[in-house]
Amino acid sequence: MKPTKEQSLWMYETMVVSRRFEEAIEKIYLEGKTPAFNMASGPIPGEMHLSNGQEPVAVGVCAHLDANDIVTATHRPHHQAIAKGVDLKKMAAEIFGKSTGLSGGRGGHMHLIDPAVNFSCSGIIGESCGPACGAALSRKMQNKPGVAVAFLGEGAANQGAFHEALNLAGAWNLPVVFVIEDNSWGISVPKSEVTAVARNDVRAAGYDMPGHYIPGNDPYAIFNIAGEAIARAREGKGPTLIEVETYRLAGHFMGDAEQYRPKGEKEALFAKDPIPKMRERLIAEGHAAESLDMLEKRAEARVAEAISFARDSEYAPETDALTAVFV
Amino acid sequence: MLDQPTNERRLTIARAMAEAMQQEMQRDPTVFVMGEDIGGFGGIFGNTRGLFEEFGKERVRDTPISETGFISAAVGAAMDGMRPVVELMFVDFFGVCFDAIYNQMAKNTYFSGGNASVPMVLMTSTGGGYSDAGQHSQCLYGTFAHLPGMKVVSPSNAYDAKGLMTAAIRDDNPVVYMFHKGLQGMGWLGTEAGATVNTPEEEYTVEIGKAKVVRKGTDVTLVGLAMGVHNALKAADKLAEDGISAEVVDLVSLVPLDRETVINSVAKTGRLIVVDEDYHSYGVSGEIIATVTEHDISKLKASPARVTFPDVPIPYARHMEQFCLPNPDKIVAAYRKM
Ligand SMILES: Cc1ncc(C[n+]2csc(CCOP(=O)(O)OP(=O)(O)O)c2C)c(N)n1
Ligand SMILES: [Mg+2]
Repeated sequence: MKPTKEQSLWMYETMVVSRRFEEAIEKIYLEGKTPAFNMASGPIPGEMHLSNGQEPVAVGVCAHLDANDIVTATHRPHHQAIAKGVDLKKMAAEIFGKSTGLSGGRGGHMHLIDPAVNFSCSGIIGESCGPACGAALSRKMQNKPGVAVAFLGEGAANQGAFHEALNLAGAWNLPVVFVIEDNSWGISVPKSEVTAVARNDVRAAGYDMPGHYIPGNDPYAIFNIAGEAIARAREGKGPTLIEVETYRLAGHFMGDAEQYRPKGEKEALFAKDPIPKMRERLIAEGHAAESLDMLEKRAEARVAEAISFARDSEYAPETDALTAVFV
Repeated sequence: MLDQPTNERRLTIARAMAEAMQQEMQRDPTVFVMGEDIGGFGGIFGNTRGLFEEFGKERVRDTPISETGFISAAVGAAMDGMRPVVELMFVDFFGVCFDAIYNQMAKNTYFSGGNASVPMVLMTSTGGGYSDAGQHSQCLYGTFAHLPGMKVVSPSNAYDAKGLMTAAIRDDNPVVYMFHKGLQGMGWLGTEAGATVNTPEEEYTVEIGKAKVVRKGTDVTLVGLAMGVHNALKAADKLAEDGISAEVVDLVSLVPLDRETVINSVAKTGRLIVVDEDYHSYGVSGEIIATVTEHDISKLKASPARVTFPDVPIPYARHMEQFCLPNPDKIVAAYRKM
């Protein structure tokens, strides 16, 4: 399966939006946190997990989804949310803790929920898997179209919830696709030290579903395999497990000194940055550099607009903390 | 703080915890540590720093993100002669592994009629105040203390942190060791300076099940644990400016609970305010108030009060979270209303 011209430009532009968004967040996050780094201070407090480098997974998968399909995501959710079409302004405002945010500032960066595009995420590792199964089951029971995609990290594939959910999906033949973003690290712990298998795609066999491993952080390869898996799910043929090799260009969270990384790893990863690589490929395919420049400018403008919206928005009254526990 | 030998060595809670583990590991080859990022990284909250370098990866074991697996593995190892110290990185994650904790760790001694023991420590971080939102900021003291079969402690300072950790490792029962992130001495968490105190280098224990009167007073008793103690001490300073003398009780341990120290203090002051960063209802604050009123309600000159976290998930936005958290001003206001 190959992306159409439109699809590949969408993938590229969305990767750029995501990267520019993370770069903007990174900069603002540090406001008020120097010279002493205190997580609680500045316009964006709390933990911050950036997705720089992992954009190909989000766009290669979400290129096949529309707003009606379901995505459940992780503690590192920005690229996934952006690719799924979560409102960028509301998302930025949420990260600033403003009243105009997705939850009015209650949830924050790890808890982005946008029912308008069927997107949710959780800060609890492995917890994207079960809800995706449930949403897929719900579509089956209601006889409604739509597939569910659960994103997770390679670290999360060691969590019981992952294995239980895969078994459910296999046993009930659910229209769900599990997508593991293998950035080879769970905070400071390398995949190889704590995982019984080298690649998680082999685990699919235990749950009677196809498994794929995609090397190289390549948006085209991801588009291809994810497209087949999602089409398969739409046709009622059941779940698929996909593991994608990807790169975490940032620390685990902002403030991470990353001393656990082997020397030279970061530099090697930056040399493989998927965004310039895709740009080169698009140019090789005959796209004019100027038209790509335009897409990049448009992406930057979207991010700038979302960030100003967030900055200019008001905080909700503090007493709003006490509302919305129940509907 | 009272009851502390004077010396010049001030440690953070993080270093005090690590030192206790280090000394126990040197003393007893059955002690080992496992959890996520507790190896070379030294623990997300710094409390295992240096252990990996000294003891290696066999005894300082980075685990997969498989809390059910490795916490129940600790139960099995503990019942087979080892003394595991296992870390649940944030207490909020108990949701994925609670069976290992409360159905196995906490009950196997009873199910064996006392013939089997489960000598393990489950250490876990608690507390908010730095906008980490609803899945990374809870205390859940009451949730753990409610369930029989496990001891539950939470230090407010490094001296107690070290002595409690040593006592917990030596205890033949499971001990849940809850350390508050805001007291850890990690600058990035906006640490409370009062938690970093003189801590002896030599090994010692702090008794599990004994509360401490950390400030003497006559007009009102402020009861708290962990961060609550520091809020209470600051409130006591403010009250003192108006000539009101507050006594502050640091519970130190929730299970066993030293009811006597609380009762004796309230018998003297006649007024009780409980400070608890955990949710308001069904928790430590209700238990302390019940302890006092059940014992002798006539000792109270006013209805008891509590300064707690309202019964809502912990909000992300800083102003909302701060609005919900206990603080010294809220304690003073509670006193004024008595
Ligand atoms: C149940 C649970 N355990 C532990 C954590 C702490 N934690 C947050 S992110 C993380 C590493 C996750 O690794 P991975 O799944 O590979 O995702 P990545 O961070 O690499 O994107 C851990 C251990 C958590 N949030 N939830
Ligand atoms: Mg990872």
